[in-house]
Amino acid sequence: MTRWLPRAYLALVYLALYIPIAVLVVFSFNDGRTGYRWGGFTWRWYEALFTNDAMMQALWNSLWLAVSAATLSTLIGALTALALHRYRFRGKKALKGMLFVVMMSPEIVLAISLLSLFLLVGVQLGYFSLLLAHVTFCLPFVVITVMARLSGFDESLPEAARDLGASDFTMTRTVLLPVIMPALLAGWLLGFTLSLDDVVVSTFVSGPGYEILPLRIYSMVRVGLKPEVNALGSLLLVFSLLMLVLSQWILMRSKR
Amino acid sequence: MTQKTLLSLRNLGKQFSGKTVLDSLDLDIADGEFITLLGPSGCGKTTLLRLLAGFEIPDSGTIELNGADITALPPEQRPLNTVFQHYALFPHMTVFDNVAYGLKMEKRPKDEIHQRVEEALAMVQLGEFARRKPHQLSGGQQQRVAIARAVVKRPKLLLLDEPLSALDYKLRRTMQIELKRLQRELGITFVFVTHDQEEALSMSDRVVVLQSGKVQQKGTPREIYERPANLFTARFVGETNLFPGVLEQVDEQRITVNVSGYRRTMRRPGFPVSEGEGVHVLLRPEDIRVLEPDADHGFAGKVVERNYKGSTLDSVIHLEDGTEVLASEFFDEDDPAFDYRLGEPVRVSWVEGWEWLLPLENGGVPEDQAANA
Amino acid sequence: MLRGLRQPFRTGVLLLVWTWLLALVLAPNLLVIGASFLTRDPGTFLSLPVTLENYRNLLDPLYLEVFLHSLYMASITTLVCLLIGYPFAWALSRVAKDRQLLLIFLLIVPFWTNSLVRTYALKLLMATNGLINTGLMELGLIDGPLRMLYTEGAVIVGLVYLLLPFMILPLYSVFDDLRRELLMASHDLGAGRFRTFIHVVIPLTLPGVLAGVMLVLLPAMGLFFVPDILGGSRNLLVGNVIKNQFLDARNWPFGAAAAIMLTLAMALLLFTHRLSQRRLGEEGDV
Repeated sequence: MTRWLPRAYLALVYLALYIPIAVLVVFSFNDGRTGYRWGGFTWRWYEALFTNDAMMQALWNSLWLAVSAATLSTLIGALTALALHRYRFRGKKALKGMLFVVMMSPEIVLAISLLSLFLLVGVQLGYFSLLLAHVTFCLPFVVITVMARLSGFDESLPEAARDLGASDFTMTRTVLLPVIMPALLAGWLLGFTLSLDDVVVSTFVSGPGYEILPLRIYSMVRVGLKPEVNALGSLLLVFSLLMLVLSQWILMRSKR
Repeated sequence: MTQKTLLSLRNLGKQFSGKTVLDSLDLDIADGEFITLLGPSGCGKTTLLRLLAGFEIPDSGTIELNGADITALPPEQRPLNTVFQHYALFPHMTVFDNVAYGLKMEKRPKDEIHQRVEEALAMVQLGEFARRKPHQLSGGQQQRVAIARAVVKRPKLLLLDEPLSALDYKLRRTMQIELKRLQRELGITFVFVTHDQEEALSMSDRVVVLQSGKVQQKGTPREIYERPANLFTARFVGETNLFPGVLEQVDEQRITVNVSGYRRTMRRPGFPVSEGEGVHVLLRPEDIRVLEPDADHGFAGKVVERNYKGSTLDSVIHLEDGTEVLASEFFDEDDPAFDYRLGEPVRVSWVEGWEWLLPLENGGVPEDQAANA
Repeated sequence: MLRGLRQPFRTGVLLLVWTWLLALVLAPNLLVIGASFLTRDPGTFLSLPVTLENYRNLLDPLYLEVFLHSLYMASITTLVCLLIGYPFAWALSRVAKDRQLLLIFLLIVPFWTNSLVRTYALKLLMATNGLINTGLMELGLIDGPLRMLYTEGAVIVGLVYLLLPFMILPLYSVFDDLRRELLMASHDLGAGRFRTFIHVVIPLTLPGVLAGVMLVLLPAMGLFFVPDILGGSRNLLVGNVIKNQFLDARNWPFGAAAAIMLTLAMALLLFTHRLSQRRLGEEGDV
């Protein structure tokens, strides 16, 4: 088979994946009145965005939610991964199974199950319910990331540290943590991004008092086209790209 | 060498999920000694090392170091260090920090740490590699860092868990010599674990042969090789020709053994013997002499294989009764044409007094396991 | 190897994890299962008696039609993803190793970007006065704008766009494991390209296909915002039904029953996937 055909095919698919995104970015700078014809360069949609108080509030809410959900899920997820890696205990399979269920079950099922729980138990829908939900769906991803790192971990390293006089705690601090740190950072970034982008679960468990960005975007794009969304989407795109580059860089660097 | 006992193991036992790995083991290790635990994989040698290091706790028995019971002491409190099989260098630390780690744990002053680490690195000829990370070093260099890291703490005892197994043959030979030198210079007791009998024989003051969690034999390399205590040791250590023999005549000093119709008179062995009993006649390849086919004694056979080994000529001789005999002969300076043709008929005998006798074993335990060795 | 000081740490960690998972995974899921057998109640959402009514209602022609249509769209989406993704993953696995990393990176960039924003970007292209229509009209290829938005096709395009990476990644991983010697061996033993493909490539990549199908088919029934943005009111997904039942109609038991059907579908797919992997594993061991 000719060599160029597979490459041309790859290029074609990548084009299809990136053209809509490129169009979005280009049009976020479009001053045209109809929105689809190039009408000159402008920053005004970005200005409109930054002067929109409700939008800014939703942005801050989202960022804060993502930071806290990522942090909490990294903490719990890392401990879980450590426990799964180091300890033998009853119900280990059940625990892994539940994490697997969270990861594999359709988001919408997770969403309604959490909504049912919150309403039944009487959890006020807002920041707290969002946090619980986001930590829950980020958890398996963090566990997997950290477990992957631990599985490549030389079991004799902790023993070497103990042999050289380190207590269990000192060993954890000086050997185990530094070695799994890249996985923790990558897990945190993944959790942050998942939280920031989530629509399905948030739609169900958020309350009127705490509006977050994806839901604000959702309500905007359901009806018609809004140039501000182009600007906001472009910003989010750049932001996500940075996060991804950062996490890949951390993982790559740690492999050397 | 002082004969003071440094480490003393009594009745040590360990099971893993019902399987006995160490079976009431007793062993004394003298101060300053280079002792090797030798055995096939699964013989319990690594478990024994892990018990000494403190990574496992024995189910029974005691470990005493210098008269103090350390059986239940956690690894960080034991005055001994380990060189791990795959080095276990901390990947996120430089060579210097790896070697300094143990001293930092002792909370030594910075100056002292600096000086001692540099000394240790100089000792293993890695002075200029202090700033490198482990992954920037070759296998042999990593090995030397692991040794420096362990000896910098000046332990009473150094445990080495197959430390040379990951190195290629040439490097392994170099490191064997270097380890031996280090041990002499430092005067530290080495407990060395290996499954490589050649390594064990060439390095150790004393070898402990382990199998199925039991000590099969302990002794100097020479004793182990020349006077194996049982069939397992005989087969595991070195190449061996085993002939079944029958005792025909037993005197006070001498006995006569019939080996497949070939009668030889030899020294009476240390174990009880009586006429009509079976016995194993053990001959190392270098004990064997290959004679002309018209010689007046020996087994008749023909050469089926010959291997030129540089200083020796190794051959396999197929005897008439189907047994194969390994022979290893030094080249005769006076006979440059010394060689065999394949298929050449010969007779096989051995040097008077070089045979070693072992009683028949009924348990049969080592018989089948020797095949894996 | 766990003694002394480790015990409280261990106990604490396990307690925390178990509490979290039991409270926020097991309990809610049991709750949904329970709810699906209860009766709707405007005040407390749920009430007795226990009933199978909700499952029976799933068969109501009105909903059945929505479900079948949703399944149909999801299946087409999966098929399209597979048709695009299979040759893509193959081609990707044949690129030089160092470039593969970059290409995979480019593939997961969209996964890290907001899916709403990306769906919206499609809307920019497909709207009546969107980029495609304006472009085509200016080139004189069409007279009036094509109706692309708010069609079944738009929903499928949206779903494919969002879910394609999830099909490609597992496929890529099986193609990456497929050693070239196997193909050479097959050729060496006299099989041509076509027969090698049928007898070697397809069986060995089947687990990847199933994993991809699993990762695409189910989300394709749940991503309710795609029809909301691109599909209009006639092209609903199961996800839209569940969402409407929970958030608008307040009929929890019915929504729960629909969700359970979705979960069961997932379980079935998982089971098939396991089965195919096990079969391959056994063959591989021989």
